[in-house]
Amino acid sequence: MAIPIRYNIRNLKLRKGLTVMTALGIALTVTTAIFLMALVAGLDRAFVSSGSPLDVLVLRKGSESELTGGFDASLFPTLKTLPGIAKDSQGEPMASGEWNVVIVLPRKDGTGEVNVTVRGMMPDGLEMRQLPGPDHKPRVTLAEGRWFQTGQREVVVSKSIRERFAHANIGDTMEFGKGSWKVVGVFDAGGSAYESEVWGDVNQMASDFDRQGGYSSAYLRAEDPIAAEALTRRVSDDQRLKLDGMLETDYYAKQTRSGTPIKVIGWVVGIIMAVGSIFAAMNTMYAAVAYRGREIATLRVIGFSRPAILTSFVLESLLLALLGAVVGILLMLPFNGMQTGTSNQVTFSEVVFALRITWVVAGYAVLFALVMGFVGGLAPAWHAARQNILNALRG
Amino acid sequence: MTMTLGSFVVRNTFRNKRRSVLTMISISFSLLLLTMMICIWRSFYVDQVAPEASRRLIIRDRVSLAFFLPAYYRDKIRSVPGVTAIAPLTWFGGRYIDDRPEHFFAQLATDPDEYLKVASDKIIPPEQLKAWQQDRTGAIVDVTLADKFHWKIGDRITLQGTIFELNPELTIRGIYHRDPPQNALYFSTKYLEEAVPWFKGEAGWYIAQIDSPEHVADAAKIIDDMFRNSPLQTKAESEKAFQLGFVSSLGNVKAFILGICGAVMFAIMLVSANTMAMSVRSRTREVAVLKTLGFTRQRVLSIFVSESVALSLAGGVLGVLVAIPVIAAMTHQFMGFGIPLDMKVKVPTAILALVVAVILGIISGYLPAYRASRMNIVEGLRHIG
Repeated sequence: MAIPIRYNIRNLKLRKGLTVMTALGIALTVTTAIFLMALVAGLDRAFVSSGSPLDVLVLRKGSESELTGGFDASLFPTLKTLPGIAKDSQGEPMASGEWNVVIVLPRKDGTGEVNVTVRGMMPDGLEMRQLPGPDHKPRVTLAEGRWFQTGQREVVVSKSIRERFAHANIGDTMEFGKGSWKVVGVFDAGGSAYESEVWGDVNQMASDFDRQGGYSSAYLRAEDPIAAEALTRRVSDDQRLKLDGMLETDYYAKQTRSGTPIKVIGWVVGIIMAVGSIFAAMNTMYAAVAYRGREIATLRVIGFSRPAILTSFVLESLLLALLGAVVGILLMLPFNGMQTGTSNQVTFSEVVFALRITWVVAGYAVLFALVMGFVGGLAPAWHAARQNILNALRG
Repeated sequence: MTMTLGSFVVRNTFRNKRRSVLTMISISFSLLLLTMMICIWRSFYVDQVAPEASRRLIIRDRVSLAFFLPAYYRDKIRSVPGVTAIAPLTWFGGRYIDDRPEHFFAQLATDPDEYLKVASDKIIPPEQLKAWQQDRTGAIVDVTLADKFHWKIGDRITLQGTIFELNPELTIRGIYHRDPPQNALYFSTKYLEEAVPWFKGEAGWYIAQIDSPEHVADAAKIIDDMFRNSPLQTKAESEKAFQLGFVSSLGNVKAFILGICGAVMFAIMLVSANTMAMSVRSRTREVAVLKTLGFTRQRVLSIFVSESVALSLAGGVLGVLVAIPVIAAMTHQFMGFGIPLDMKVKVPTAILALVVAVILGIISGYLPAYRASRMNIVEGLRHIG
């Protein structure tokens, strides 16, 4: 017969100080782990959610990013005639020739300058990105103001650009290229990579950077996923074009490697802290066993088996860890959504992303704590189960 | 008396061996992490660069390293007072064998005739340098990189270009030594220019040597002013500033390190306080006996605080000792990411870590010790532990 779990809960309550301190120790480790996992989750989201599986990105052959791309504008009409492209609101093939450049903006808090991606696009580019994504929600929505107008020196900025950089509010002017640009709107990109961008009219931008007659990339909207696959192959195989087509989702998936340094550090820190916590938990559980030597012997005399005692103490350790996990998650919750940035190792510009404590992250945190509790509790529980009844009763 | 008290403390600290050892190991892991963080902090923000590096200036496009600078900038920069040598550098960013991180290393195109005059901290035998300068498809590599891939002079290797549509076939002509070592390979920019037409007349960035460290800031200003009205503006900065810029692009590194340090120190305190509380509890009767014998409150307090300090100090020493090989291994790993980390556990770092351990020991031991010192003797004697 198993020892009721209430017994363990009562025991934990009895030694409040010890329980709280051990749980707090585990909570701290969990907090650090959650923080690092939330960073990675936010970063992954920034890249994974950016792409649409229907959008085909076209780059110069061999180029790995929109920044190092660049091809002649005369190729664009040919691209538009390819079969399988969806129609835009005007009944024309939905395609956007775009121009990407990285500019330097000062951080609002005065901690230096950061590279930000500026994207020039055609009206179809805007239309394309407002279409529903895989989750049936528009990928980009207008949060405030209005969209930029074709032929005007106007830009729209993402919400996080507005929050992180100076001179990025509606009505402000930004200085880059050959002059000033008026900020007319703010868009919400739902945590995707577009969240780190400034958008404007492609022709205006290209002329400011002396790149008329060229695009750094083009986007084509396919009618359906099968057409999208066919379109990527058609672009890549066309000998006249010397261009590469790829699904936008694949393009961004490649960029998640920007998170590698954070992941590596996260693993190192997480594991070292976890090992430290395991020893601390072991200590607490050994103490719990030592205090209750006579109690355990009594349980044995009543008829509880060794496996029951073992299970009971492991369970108690798991409970302790669970408490730590819950406290750890609660401690980190206020930081959910906090924005930060790192450098994108493909485009060299800053990626803005938010800490995301998702259910998956919380689940992993609990699992992480339970592993600590299990490993830390096993040896003491074993010790408890193996105790000599007579000696223990004599205490 | 002090002598006997000292051994009394030490004996009590390790009386419950299992508890002490577990606590010590737990603290040592935390201190290992703390030492690592201090080392990273030092190498980013405190350590001064080598004398040769303090004379070096990096000149890049103002916006981004991803943009190239024209080749003619080199001669213009050379004319700036104080500049004694200048070489172009271009990040080739190719693949070696495959995409796996263990195969990643820095590949840079430069001018073999002048590069080692600027990078004077790279030591290479003169005949190897000469061989490199005479072979357009030659390359020089760091000795640690050569050891890692078992490359010898004369070996041929092929890289796959990702930024450039070129798969250069290179011959190892020289192996250089540098302290700290660096995961890098250099080959001739002429090879790249000839094979990739659009790259002709371009360079990723420039590295210049200035005649004395005091002239570096002036030279940087003159250079930036010189190109202020050019289509491609420059940003000239010292090598250290350039590296710091790279570090800050990774994110808010300072807050990150401080946050981890805070969590770690708090964790040490909890573990240590926990142990001391357990220790005091199991020795309630003993404390009462000590007081009956005439030990004052202060003395009891200091006995327990000393125990706590002894414990965390022991954990600290263990942690720092473990940190030495771990950090050496880490430095090796990080070089692969192109982060110029030169980390060693230096004496001041070790001392700082141990001082933190002692302070945390005092803080965490104080409350349980205070409780013990305030204990009622009669109650304590009655206590059944």
